[in-house]
Amino acid sequence: MNRELIFDVMLMLGLVLVPIWAHFADEPFIITLATRAAIFAIAGVGLNLALGQGGLVSLGHATFFGLGGYAMGILASHAQSYTAITDWPVLIEGTKSMPIIWLVAVLVSGFAALLIGALSLRTTGVYFIMITLAFGQMFYYFAVSWSAYGGDDGLSIYIRNDFPGLNTLDPIQFFLIVFTCLLGVLGFASMLIRSPFGLSLNAARQSPERVETVGINPYHLRLTVFVISGMITGLAGALFADLNRFISPSMFSWQTSGEIMVFIILGGVARRSGPIVGAVVFIALEHFLGGLSDYWHIYLGALLLLIVLFARGGIIGLLLGQGRVHD
Amino acid sequence: MTDVVLQTLNINKRFGAVHAARDICIDLRRGEIHALIGPNGAGKSTLIQQIAGSLSPDTGSIILEGEDVTRDSTVSRARKGLARTFQVSALAMEDTVLQNALLGAMGATGQSFKLFGAALKQSALLTRANDALERVGLLDVARSRTSELSHGQRRQLEIAIALTLKPKLFVMDEPMAGLGTQGSLQLTQFLDTLRTQAPILLVEHDMDAVFALADRISVLVYGQLLATGTVAEIRANESVREAYLGSDS
Repeated sequence: MNRELIFDVMLMLGLVLVPIWAHFADEPFIITLATRAAIFAIAGVGLNLALGQGGLVSLGHATFFGLGGYAMGILASHAQSYTAITDWPVLIEGTKSMPIIWLVAVLVSGFAALLIGALSLRTTGVYFIMITLAFGQMFYYFAVSWSAYGGDDGLSIYIRNDFPGLNTLDPIQFFLIVFTCLLGVLGFASMLIRSPFGLSLNAARQSPERVETVGINPYHLRLTVFVISGMITGLAGALFADLNRFISPSMFSWQTSGEIMVFIILGGVARRSGPIVGAVVFIALEHFLGGLSDYWHIYLGALLLLIVLFARGGIIGLLLGQGRVHD
Repeated sequence: MTDVVLQTLNINKRFGAVHAARDICIDLRRGEIHALIGPNGAGKSTLIQQIAGSLSPDTGSIILEGEDVTRDSTVSRARKGLARTFQVSALAMEDTVLQNALLGAMGATGQSFKLFGAALKQSALLTRANDALERVGLLDVARSRTSELSHGQRRQLEIAIALTLKPKLFVMDEPMAGLGTQGSLQLTQFLDTLRTQAPILLVEHDMDAVFALADRISVLVYGQLLATGTVAEIRANESVREAYLGSDS
């Protein structure tokens, strides 16, 4: 096993063992913190595919996070009020089933990513950043004005959705659902990076003209990864909404997009477990420094500055050295 | 079947006041090396870019194996069998030499969108990539990071990637650039063996290599085709000597 794999295994063990300890120590708040970190890590793994492998600096990934959240909120709120979402042209009812909600969240996010990506990937660099940001803000203001689902105030869901055979209201069981999703997403991302698609995408980031001259269209590669990335981030949004039992337009905000990007930069861009390290550190800082001061983001900013200036490979780069995970 | 693999018909390209290509008609025939020479700024690279598809001609046509590909993208031309090497190496520097060669193999076999299975474990792709690396003498460094290669080795890798495509023609933009005498000699010998696989349109400043390799030479000056002919004809051409070769050639 190489050092990075050992590190990743230890990290995942730590992430699962701390909540299990908290369960037996009767510390449900720590389990909730770990669940938040795991959900943010899923969103980070999604963005890391587009950012780290595809070189796509998207400042609009909150769009997919929010769509996943609202997919959950809309389905669950109708299930809780026993009203149909629509009865024309076909009757569509709400649901409390997590697997169905995840499927809807992933499909809706993927479809939105396809449309947004098809337009924004015709640009590069700062224009791409601005277009993705603009799309994110469009969805944000739409959610603010969508009074049927809470508008600016957001929407509370009074139920926790169901997962077959589990009590999802038990924090540790909900954590284990999220952790399993994280493992699945991480496994999928690792496989993708090593696949012919991953290799082509990586080459397209480094030398698009080379990729074109061997008959591969870089635009199609980028669009594909953008859609996959959006789907994963949408799943994270659905889980986040379920954790909080609350959705609000802030899920679509550019600050959320920025936070997902911060997880990756903190942990290490293009590193397999970079987003996980970043999300854990972010949650830890939010918890410990947030207890000391409302202005804890100042310390986060200082840490980011130090990492960008002195540790370009993020925390993982600092611990394990530079390098990309695929070989 | 016609002997002509590639043809440019009255290609014109302007950049503002600069007329970079004026009614250029050249062709590339099966089994030959056709060299394109001329002083700096003559429009050789502009012509290569138009043939490869990264630039569009203002007027004129590009015919590949009887098919008009003038409006085709670079990707489409590559899929139709045009393999190009760059004047300045365009490689995935963070990846290994083998991964770069695999890229060509994936492009040629249409497997670049396969999401499952490790690229490095696809035996058909590996065979194709390793064969190409072996032919250019890079198999020993297949697992090295491309950024660690010498300049000469990067030029060889460019050619290896082109080989993985099993193309109908090669378009090579100054493959000898930056190579020492020994490197140029080795590459010359290698290109000499390559013409049987597919014809080569070769842009080159190394006149020893051009004279050793070319079946025909076209001379470009100020975007205009000055002459096309065999090595002997070009060497004897007074206007070519005046414009480019000099009196010692």
